[in-house]
Amino acid sequence: MFQRFSVILLGLAITAGVIQAGAVHAAQSDITIGMQLEPPNLDPTAGAAAAIDEVVYANVFEGLTRFASDGSVKPALAKSWEISEDGLVYTFSLQSGVTFHDGSTFNAEDVKFSLDRSRAETSTNAQKQLFDSIDSIEVPDLETVVITLSAPNGALLFNLAWGDAIVMSPDTFDKAKTAPIGTGPFRFSRWVQGDRIELEKNPDYWGKPAKLEKVTFKFISEPTAAFAALMAGDVDAFPVYPAPENLAQFEADPRFSVVVGSTEGETILSTNNKQAPFDNRLVRQAVAHAINRQEIIDGAMFGYGTPIGTHFAPHHPAYSDFTVNSNHDVDKAKELLKQAGFENGFKTTLKLPPPSYARRGGEIIAAQLRQVGIEAEISNLEWAQWLEQVFRGKDFGLTIVSHTEPMDIGIYAKPDYYFQYDNKDFQQLISDLSLETDDQKRTEMLKQAQEIIAADYVNGYLFQLAKTGVANANIVGLWENSPTQANDMTEVYWSE
Amino acid sequence: MFHFIARRLVSLALTLLIASVIIFLAIEVVPGDPASVMLGVNAEPETVAALKQELGLNVSKPTRYFNWVAGMLSGDFGISYTYRTPVRDMIADRMVISFPLALYALLLSTLIAFPAGIIAATRRGAVADISIMGTTQLGIAIPNFWFAMILVSIFAIKLGWFSAGGFPGWEEGIFAGLKALTLPAVALALPQASILARVMRSSLLDTLGEDFIRTARAKGLTARQALWRHALRNALIPVLTIIGLQFSFLLAGAIIVENVFYLPGLGRLIFQGITQRDLIVVESVVMLLVFAVVMVTFLVDIAYAAVDPRLRRRM
Repeated sequence: MFQRFSVILLGLAITAGVIQAGAVHAAQSDITIGMQLEPPNLDPTAGAAAAIDEVVYANVFEGLTRFASDGSVKPALAKSWEISEDGLVYTFSLQSGVTFHDGSTFNAEDVKFSLDRSRAETSTNAQKQLFDSIDSIEVPDLETVVITLSAPNGALLFNLAWGDAIVMSPDTFDKAKTAPIGTGPFRFSRWVQGDRIELEKNPDYWGKPAKLEKVTFKFISEPTAAFAALMAGDVDAFPVYPAPENLAQFEADPRFSVVVGSTEGETILSTNNKQAPFDNRLVRQAVAHAINRQEIIDGAMFGYGTPIGTHFAPHHPAYSDFTVNSNHDVDKAKELLKQAGFENGFKTTLKLPPPSYARRGGEIIAAQLRQVGIEAEISNLEWAQWLEQVFRGKDFGLTIVSHTEPMDIGIYAKPDYYFQYDNKDFQQLISDLSLETDDQKRTEMLKQAQEIIAADYVNGYLFQLAKTGVANANIVGLWENSPTQANDMTEVYWSE
Repeated sequence: MFHFIARRLVSLALTLLIASVIIFLAIEVVPGDPASVMLGVNAEPETVAALKQELGLNVSKPTRYFNWVAGMLSGDFGISYTYRTPVRDMIADRMVISFPLALYALLLSTLIAFPAGIIAATRRGAVADISIMGTTQLGIAIPNFWFAMILVSIFAIKLGWFSAGGFPGWEEGIFAGLKALTLPAVALALPQASILARVMRSSLLDTLGEDFIRTARAKGLTARQALWRHALRNALIPVLTIIGLQFSFLLAGAIIVENVFYLPGLGRLIFQGITQRDLIVVESVVMLLVFAVVMVTFLVDIAYAAVDPRLRRRM
């Protein structure tokens, strides 16, 4: 509340005055990017914080493959690969002439070391499951890596594109938290903790050189301050701008461009499938019909976001639209509750983590549920509390959270996952999917998976989180969408 | 005097000990485990366990407490869970911003408050007095984050004289550093100056009513001479106490202003530490602030005792 109020106040104060032309950027080769959260460290293999990847992914560190801005998987340190007939053996040919930022030469041993380290028993990699299917990694020569799987895995190339699968050198990996040394087009230059991280162009880059000489990531957590920093020209772009209520003002200002793209964040009303009365499918279906998605998108996100009817990103080719399954229908919701034996409604808990989509969205959903007789008692939690109570303790009825990992429908196959959905058919489907390498068949199976969870009304499906960025109008090449949480600066330049 | 200082030192040590226990307990009961916060929602339980092992979180609470206190006594504040760097270095990095900022704000506040308080006291009831008192009332009432935003919108966005926030680092030069701290210092100084000006005024008015001032006037000093030679020095004692308190407040209490100007100071370090469950950082920084406050109080006590011998016996 304090934040929104203050943003409005500041907005008023500024529009009251005459806004002068911003800073002049003539043929600039440096850029300052605003970010809301500072990364705790700079090692993408040692933590789940998205802010780590937002600084180093594709800029400082590279893996065998990488995500392009449209979400497709492209070659990176691996120039090409061959997959054996049975789908078990992947042979990667590596780029030649690659050096780390400390001057040492990159070779296949570094790849083996990095992947073995991440999948080891004592690994603290937050996405260790990415490497589950790997059985062994061999290095026949210094420019070839052979990965053998224990079972076919159609997602391997995709998994290797994650920031958690980047390649480091055995000599410098232990310094990555504060002084990362990678192979990317930019090298780490310095970190003024609490304020900013600076990267500089790597003149010895093996691939297409970066266009910028210097990139500064500045950390501004307060939405009001983010607004002021953009307006004053202290920050050139805020790729994930924290206050959608200001976007209209930036759109009206010719100095800025507002870019609205999609993310991998399915925002859902997570439902505890093992807690009564949500263990009854009719009740979950009633909740789904009680929700008015557009009202939530307009009220909580100022109109930014795409409605979803299942746990899948709408921009993905395999997406199926199931929003009609759970259209807003108060009478139907009441009827379903009656069938389930809750004619007079019931009481439950709605536990909300800090992001504004959850806090604002939660208020709206509670009001919508009240219309069908469900009293949801709201409690606001910090992230740490949320992880403890909701995610690990499973002590909740409802919660709102955005699942930002790409292609994460597989979480529905884990019966112990916090929303506790346990469907043997679905679990079988997902394990079949992981063995399937044919694209056509994979698409079919993904569609089937979406349908099962939509028909079971596992969770309330709300909207795909939008990526709302604000940038100086002269900047070209920033990612519009967010296939993974990153600020890839390799193609970015100033148009004048 | 020696006994007095010795007694004060014992009570100082006891205060710190009690504070350390309270801080440790208060922070340890906060729900939320640092390892799960760091690894997020996709981590497997054994990965969390491995990280806990690495961070030394599977040691019993009393052992952790004693390790922490023993470490601090030898100048080692532990290793941050999230940043994995020594907490001492982090505090030192933040201190080079928070300390000068507090000092800068205090200086501004004093420079405004002294003349304002003196003018108001000497022209009691006149237009100058009423307008100064009205302004200070406003200065106390205005929330400093709002004042900070107004400063940003005028001086950073509209006029472009200052950055909207951030800190370039002292290696960019003293001038660049001071420039970055100017708007935050002004925002912090306004309410402090208002309080100080009011204290100055009332203290001066009290002193001006004392017998020794009447004596001084009777000896033939003008009102101005009596004020400068006798009244001001005596009126300063309560003012100095307030300044001492304000300094410790400014050191620790700038969290909101640091957020508005995104300055990497101590306040933001605590704030970040709490949300990331970087407990060791929170504990150590809070302990350090307690130490600073206790030390300032101790020094003020000593200074009083030196000035006023009666206090030595009473305390």
